[in-house]
Amino acid sequence: MTAQLIPRDEAELSEMIRATHGPLAVRGGGTRGRAPQGPAISTTALTGITLYEPGALTLVVAAGTPVAEIEATLAAEGQRLAFEVPDLRGVLVRAGTSTIGGVVAENASGPRRVAVGAARDFCLGVRFVDGRGDVVRNGGRVMKNVTGYDLVKLMSGSRGQLGVLTEVALKVLPRPEIELTLALSGLSVDQAVAAMSAALGSPFEVTGAAHLPGQGTFLRIEGFEGSVAYRAGRLRALLAPWGEAREVPSAWAAIRDVAPLGGRQGDLWRISTRPSLAAGLIARIGADEVMLDWGGALIWVLTPQGTDLRAKLGDLSGHATCLRGTPPDPAPPESPHLAELTKGLRQAFDPRGIFA
Amino acid sequence: MDMPVPSPSILARKDRIVARLRAVLPADAVIHDPQEVLAYECDALSAYRCPPLVAVLPRTTAEVSAVLRICHEEGVPVVPRGAGTSLAGGALPTADSVILGVARMTEVLEVSFPDRFIRVQTGRTNLAVTAAVEDEGFFYAPDPSSQLACAIAGNIAMNSGGAHCLKYGVTTNNLLGVTMVMMDGRVVEVGGPWMDAPGLDLLGLICGSEGQLGVVTEATLRILPKPEGALPVLIGFDSSEVAGACVSDIIKAGVLPVAIEFMDGPCIKACEAFAQAGYPDCEALLIVEVEGAEEEIRHQLHLIMDIARRHNPVDLREAADADQAKRIWLGRKSAFGAMGQINDYMCLDGTIPVSSLPYVLRRIGELSRDFGLEVANVFHAGDGNMHPLILYNANTPGDQEKCEELGAEILKLCVEVGGCLTGEHGVGIEKRDLMEVQYGPLDLEAQLRVKDVFDPRWLLNPAKVFPLHVTASRRAG
Repeated sequence: MTAQLIPRDEAELSEMIRATHGPLAVRGGGTRGRAPQGPAISTTALTGITLYEPGALTLVVAAGTPVAEIEATLAAEGQRLAFEVPDLRGVLVRAGTSTIGGVVAENASGPRRVAVGAARDFCLGVRFVDGRGDVVRNGGRVMKNVTGYDLVKLMSGSRGQLGVLTEVALKVLPRPEIELTLALSGLSVDQAVAAMSAALGSPFEVTGAAHLPGQGTFLRIEGFEGSVAYRAGRLRALLAPWGEAREVPSAWAAIRDVAPLGGRQGDLWRISTRPSLAAGLIARIGADEVMLDWGGALIWVLTPQGTDLRAKLGDLSGHATCLRGTPPDPAPPESPHLAELTKGLRQAFDPRGIFA
Repeated sequence: MDMPVPSPSILARKDRIVARLRAVLPADAVIHDPQEVLAYECDALSAYRCPPLVAVLPRTTAEVSAVLRICHEEGVPVVPRGAGTSLAGGALPTADSVILGVARMTEVLEVSFPDRFIRVQTGRTNLAVTAAVEDEGFFYAPDPSSQLACAIAGNIAMNSGGAHCLKYGVTTNNLLGVTMVMMDGRVVEVGGPWMDAPGLDLLGLICGSEGQLGVVTEATLRILPKPEGALPVLIGFDSSEVAGACVSDIIKAGVLPVAIEFMDGPCIKACEAFAQAGYPDCEALLIVEVEGAEEEIRHQLHLIMDIARRHNPVDLREAADADQAKRIWLGRKSAFGAMGQINDYMCLDGTIPVSSLPYVLRRIGELSRDFGLEVANVFHAGDGNMHPLILYNANTPGDQEKCEELGAEILKLCVEVGGCLTGEHGVGIEKRDLMEVQYGPLDLEAQLRVKDVFDPRWLLNPAKVFPLHVTASRRAG
């Protein structure tokens, strides 16, 4: 076990950061993102729900609070985190307890992202301690807020590079009455993406669209019972050119957690791109261990260890990241101008470069 | 309203600056005649005016880059402008500034229905984006009430919202990528037609930065399939408190309407007098709209009406068809016009937690009496975005100042209950000096440092968003 600082509150966290010379990795539950090497600062003691107003769809919570605890609290009021937090412990071979701070810092979003938005879209406010040890607040707990720059978005997905999140305010949504999954079988990637695009381009409010080669093409609809039945009927008719869409048991937890690619050797990549390019990309990289989510906008690929997938992808409209494995460079390269802005922002928030 | 003293050195160099701009732009794209630049002296916050040094109207990203490169070299402040519909003074010039208007950049660059996006030049109006995709059954969701006139550039700068945010989110939730020109002329591509950022979420940072980080010339926007239909229900109550409780209960019940609009007594009376929409004479009125197919709409409306009945409404009307729906919306949509007919008004934009609604409305009533100015409330209740309209007479000496003071008190109240100064209009110059009410020195410093990274010389829209005394040392350079 490497050295780990575990501040008891935000003030102590601030003192610890002021006192350290780094480098220091920021660690939530250690269940996603890059596995920190070397000393880390942990948010696991910063826990608790500060405010929950079901009638306003808002939740304010300390960053180290376990996601499971939040989900249980929301479920008791018939609500949920609509962006569907993936549990990647299986596929990344991790243990630990996922924290909400880690989810926001990674902008971790599941299948419903295609319909309702990502974690960053549900994040209303943040408190964080920057690399100087300063406590910074941004945003708030209301759904519409354009007061000053949106550092909430900047911190969402910042992967511990700019500061340590201590508190986040989130928009939550009602849990629908029922969920229904339709499946098409025997489609090629090309056909599957076309079917998913047709479904997502329809007014029938599809909240999940994934393709698992060999297993099927899955579409999810949710809502009040009568409405779901109506939309299922319309979707079936719309999808008729691709075969019969059968009702099947929910597959969304497995899709969310990338379970079909778990428990196997190799490197795990995720590619974010335009759905219409998915089939061509998959053909180009010659991979057969793939899985498509977000209607084809998100491609998960399992490659033999050490494969330089980016080289195979060539000039990609989108980006590719290796989540598990040993590629030469885990973070996708940015254009020189963007890299300069990123460097400038890291310097502005962390002038001593302590966040590893 | 204080603005920085114009730089005498820049004013003295006007001829040279104009000549340099004319060298990179067509002749009709450089407006420098003192009479002609008056067209750019203000935006929709028309109480404040100042003609710019020059206004330029480029047509391409390359032209924008050339303009910015020159202004950077000359050290001239640049004020980006979309359609000039800002209610916060976001496009108010200073006498030594160049107005960079994108109004001539209106092209659609790419549309993909399978990938559900459109890429446009940012001078295109919000409604013209929807017009480009609606034949295929799609639309662009954010719908600020100025959508007929406002440009996507301004929507991105202010992170504009609209009446349907509860379901569809605001601009930042519907923006996938931008082409942005930095103050020194460099062109950066941020994001694109995919769903997340590989590194830092610079797109989220740029959206809502009020033209202070760069000039966004092209945007990739998410388009959505149009719902099959939509219908509203109108509910009247004899107290705002009960109406607020009803909103909360609707949300808790798991119905997610696309819009929940709220009007208070003074607003209802004014709208009724103006538009004769047939509104009941009551203290609070809700318009709740749901979407879907016919049966889905009926189901949701009945759930909502059941909840409403538990709160003893004085009136409850379900729209039977599109015509009745139109009548229900008629009064609400003419609210601003109705107010404008009675009086001059100032439209505030603070957002509050929905749970504070009754308290905030009561306090606004008290403040209104204290200041002797009438306030009518109309707002997006589902997301707590208030639009108190303060009525005043611009011809009465001292009335505007009094109105601004009352506005500041109301916005402080919004912050006090856990809300914010502005939900969708932006800070601009209007709320600039209240930023310290919402944010502490370190919170503001973090934002200023972001601008330092993008625009180290503080030339882009420098007198906006932050109190002048806070930015003085940075702007001096």
